[in-house]
Amino acid sequence: MTHPLNVIVATDCGSTTTKAILIEKVGDEYRQTFRGEAPTTVEAPFEDVTRGVLNAIAEIEELSGRKILDGYRIITPCRDPKTGVDIYISTSSAGGGLQMMVTGVVQNMTGESAQRAALGAGAIVIDVLASNDGRLPHEKIERIRTMRPDMILMSGGTDGGAVSHVVEMAEYISAAEPRPRFGATFKLPLIYAGNKDAQPQVKKILGEKTALVLTDNIRPVLERENLAPARNKIHDLFLEHVMQQAPGYKKLIEMAGAPIMPTPAAVGVIMETIAKREHVNVIGVDIGGATTDVFSVFEGLFNRTVSANLGMSYSISNVLAEAGLPNIMRWVPFTIDEQTLRNRIKNKMIRPTTIPQTLDELQIEHAISREALRLALIHHKSLATALKGVQQERTISDVFEQQQSGKTLIDMLKLDLIVGSGGILSHAPRRVQSMLMMVDAYEPLGVTRLSVDSIFMMPHLGVLSTINEKAATDVFVRDCMVYLGTCVAPIGQGKEGDRCADYTITFPDGRVDKGQLSFGDLRLVPLSDGQKASITVQPAKQVNLGAGAGVPVTREVHGGVVGLLLDGRGRPLQLPADHNARVASLTKWYSAVGLYPKGG
Amino acid sequence: MAHSYTPGLTVTEQALVRRRRMLSLPGTVLVAAGETVRANQAVARAELPGKVYPLNLANQLGVAPDEIQEYLIKKAGDRVQKDEILAENKPLVKWFKTEVRSPITGIVESVSTVTGQVLLRDPPRVLELLGYVDGTIVEVIPQQGVVVETDCSLVQGIFGIGGETRGEIVIAVASPEEVLSPGHFTPEMKGKVVVGGSFISSDALARAKEVGVAGVVIGGIHDKDLRALLGYDLGVAITGTEQVGFTLILTEGFGPIPMARKTFTLLSAHAGQPASISGATQIRAGVIRPEIIIPKGSPSGDHAVATDLQREGIRIGDQVRIIRDPLFGKIGEVASLPSDLQKIPTESEVRVMEVRFADGSRTMIPRANIELIEGT
Repeated sequence: MTHPLNVIVATDCGSTTTKAILIEKVGDEYRQTFRGEAPTTVEAPFEDVTRGVLNAIAEIEELSGRKILDGYRIITPCRDPKTGVDIYISTSSAGGGLQMMVTGVVQNMTGESAQRAALGAGAIVIDVLASNDGRLPHEKIERIRTMRPDMILMSGGTDGGAVSHVVEMAEYISAAEPRPRFGATFKLPLIYAGNKDAQPQVKKILGEKTALVLTDNIRPVLERENLAPARNKIHDLFLEHVMQQAPGYKKLIEMAGAPIMPTPAAVGVIMETIAKREHVNVIGVDIGGATTDVFSVFEGLFNRTVSANLGMSYSISNVLAEAGLPNIMRWVPFTIDEQTLRNRIKNKMIRPTTIPQTLDELQIEHAISREALRLALIHHKSLATALKGVQQERTISDVFEQQQSGKTLIDMLKLDLIVGSGGILSHAPRRVQSMLMMVDAYEPLGVTRLSVDSIFMMPHLGVLSTINEKAATDVFVRDCMVYLGTCVAPIGQGKEGDRCADYTITFPDGRVDKGQLSFGDLRLVPLSDGQKASITVQPAKQVNLGAGAGVPVTREVHGGVVGLLLDGRGRPLQLPADHNARVASLTKWYSAVGLYPKGG
Repeated sequence: MAHSYTPGLTVTEQALVRRRRMLSLPGTVLVAAGETVRANQAVARAELPGKVYPLNLANQLGVAPDEIQEYLIKKAGDRVQKDEILAENKPLVKWFKTEVRSPITGIVESVSTVTGQVLLRDPPRVLELLGYVDGTIVEVIPQQGVVVETDCSLVQGIFGIGGETRGEIVIAVASPEEVLSPGHFTPEMKGKVVVGGSFISSDALARAKEVGVAGVVIGGIHDKDLRALLGYDLGVAITGTEQVGFTLILTEGFGPIPMARKTFTLLSAHAGQPASISGATQIRAGVIRPEIIIPKGSPSGDHAVATDLQREGIRIGDQVRIIRDPLFGKIGEVASLPSDLQKIPTESEVRVMEVRFADGSRTMIPRANIELIEGT
C-alpha cells in the first residue's frame, strides 16, 4: 500500500445487521470514532449485501460529517481531511455462513479432527460422516444429497495406512453427485485432507465431479493433528466459491481493500491474540443472530465451535426448542403465560431485526441469551478435547481417576478470562447485565475475570489486524475491550442463608473490607477499571475455591466497570424449583447488583 | 438526514412479477420465450438420478477387492434387472458356485477394485417443473429453467408453511378483525384459498384440513397451534416442504393480530379469482417470503417489476406496521423522523420515529420495530 493508512472504515455483515465503524489516526494513535448500523440486505427487494454496507456507512457519514460515499462507491483513498477513507475492509457471515460437511473414517478420531479443522476455519458443520457412524451406505449418500453443503472436507486414515475406507467414502460422495446451494453450474468445492496414499484414487473418483483440492493430511499420525493446511484451503475456497455465490458478495469483494474474512475467523484471531498477549486461559463468545461462536484458548491450545441455530434473532426459536421453555423461564423475574412468551419468541424469529422496547421484553431476551450461551458452551466443551484414540501411559493413580483420552480441555477452575461479544452482550443497556448473563450461563468457578466487546467490533479488528497490527491493537486496547470486573464463585452448595465463605478484601488505598458471604447471596463490591485488590476467602468446610474444600485462598483480583462480584449462589448453580421462590430469588439477585431500573 | 432502510412486505394491486423457475438438476426446457403458460403447466423436465444401492461384491464372493473384475457378469454402465446375476465365481465343483444377484432394476453405476464395492442405481425419476403462475415466458435458461412474468396483484406474507399451490380466492370473514372459526369453513371451499381475519384457532385449522382447502391466508396464529399442526417445534424459519394438507400464510405474525386493512381489501377485491400461493419462507440469506399472486391476464407493461423494487428508505406519510410489543400489529403512518438518539424504557438509546394512528394519537417507536407496508 503506497498511501498512509490514517482513516479506515470497516464493516461486519452479520446475518441480521451490518455494523460499520470508522477508525481514525489521532496523533500517533488509532481510535474508533464513529459507528453506524443498518439491516443486512441479503433479502428482497435488494438481495445485495452491499446495500446494507452503504446504509451503515451512510450513518457514519451523517454522524461524522465526513464524506465517504460517492453514490454507490466508497471514496478511497482520502481526498482531503473530510473526504474519503484510506481503506475499506469487511468481515461477513451474512450468507448464512459457510456450511460444511466433513467426512472421516472413525467418527471420534479423524471425523472429529476434520470437524475441528472446519470449525476452526469459521464453518458451520452440518454433518460428520464416518465409516463407523452407524448409518447405512445409502443413508450416507442420501444425507450428502439432501444437506447441500457449501463445501466438503474429506479426511481419514493416517499417512501410509489403509486406503479402502477413505476411497469408499469418496465413492459415496461421487454417487450422491452433490451440488452447491448457490450457482447450479458450479462444481462443489471439496478438500481432501486424508491419507496421502489415497490421493490418486480420490482424484480419479471425484476429480471430475467436484472442484477437488488436495492438501496435507489433517491427522498424518495418530498422535498429531495438522489442521492449518486444511483450514487455509477452506478460507481460500470460501472466498473463491462460496462467498461469490451469495447475494452481492462479488460486489463486496470488489469494494474491499483486503480479503473478506468470515466473521468467526476474524473474532478467532482476536481471541487468540488476547490469550497470547496476556498469557491467560480464555473463553470467548460471540453471540449473534443466527449462530453463537465459542472460542477457547487453554494452555495455548485454540479451539472454536460454531453453534449453528443458537442465536438471538433468526435462531431464537431454536434456543427455545433446544433449551425448553422451563429453562428459559427460570431466568425471567416475573410471571408470563407460556402462549404469550412463545408467540413473542416466534415473532422475533420472523422479524429478526427488532429490538426490545419494554423492560420485560429486554428481560426475556436476556433470559434466552443465558440459555443460548449455556448450550453453546456445552457444545464447545464436547468438541474442545484432547486427541481421541491416542493411547496414554497411565500410572496406578490414574486408574482411580477413570480419565479417558479425549477429555475436554475446558477447565473452568483454570479459566482466567471470559470475553463476550455480539449484539446482546455488547449492547446491553447496563454493563452489569452482560456480566451476569455470562456468569449465569457459564457458572465460572473460583476467580474469573470478565470483559465485553464495547460496541461489537472484534470482527472488524480481527480483519484489521491482518493488514495493520498497530491500528488493530490501538483500537482494541483503547476502545474495544471493556473489563467488567472479576467474579469470585465458591464451589459447593448449602442451604440459603448458611455460611458459604468469609472474605477479606484489601483495596489499593489500604482500606480493608471484611464480610461473610452466605449461600444465596450475590454481592457487588465497587472496584473500578485499572484497580487491583487482594482478596482472601476462607470457604466453609464443604466449600472449595480451587485449593480444596475449606482451604483458604488469597488472590489478586482486577476491577472493571462493574466491579467485584461475589457469587454465593453455589456451584453448580441451582435455582429454586418453586415458581414464586424462584421469582423472589431472581428479584433479590437482580436488585442486589442493580441489574435493571427500579421497578423492573 | 440519511435514509435508513427498513425491510417491508409488499401489498400491491399492480405489479409485474417475475419468477425464476429452476430445475434442481440439468434437464429439458419444454417451452419457448414469448410463450404463454398456465400455472399448472410443465415448463421443464429433468430426470432425478435414482437411489444408490451399494453392494459389497468382494465380501459376497469371498475374494479380494482387486479381483472382482474377473467375476463380473455386468460391467459399469450396464443395465440390470432385479434378480439378474451381477457376478459369479467359477469353482471347480458346481455346487460351490456363488451367484450375486441384483436387488434392483437399474444400472451398474460403478465398480471399485479398491473397496470391492458395486454401486447400483435405480432408474431415474422424472421431475416436472410447473409454471406456478399464469404468465409469459420472458427468458429461457437452457437445461435449467425459465423466467415467467405475470401482471398481477401481489401480497407478501410474513411467514408460511407448505408449498406452491393454487385456487380460487374465497373471503370467509366480514372484516380483517374477525377470527376464522370452524363454522366459516364449508365443503364448497375445497381446493380454494380461504382468506380469514385476525386469527385462526387449532380447531379451525383441523376443519380447514377436513374440508380440503388449498390454502389459508390469515393475520395470525398461536405458536402452540403451529407446533400441533407440524408435530414439532419449528426452530428456524426455513419452510415450504411441510405437508399438513394445505398451505398456510400468515400476513402479520404470531398471536391474534388483525390483518392489515390494505391486505384484506385487496384480497376481497379479487374474491372468486384464481391465485397462486406459496408458503415457502426462508428468513436468512436469499430470503423467501410466502406470497399470494393473483394474475391479471395479459401484461400491460407499465408497472414496476416487484422483484426489482428499490426503496431509498422510509419517508413521512409512509404506512407502517409496528412489529414488536407493546403495540405489536398496530398500523399507522410515519409522522416524523427525529434524527437524534432517544432513550427508551429499556435504557437503550436508539433511533426512533413518530407514528400517527387512525384515531389521531401519536407515539415514538424504535425504527427497528416498524415495517413498511410497501406497494401502491
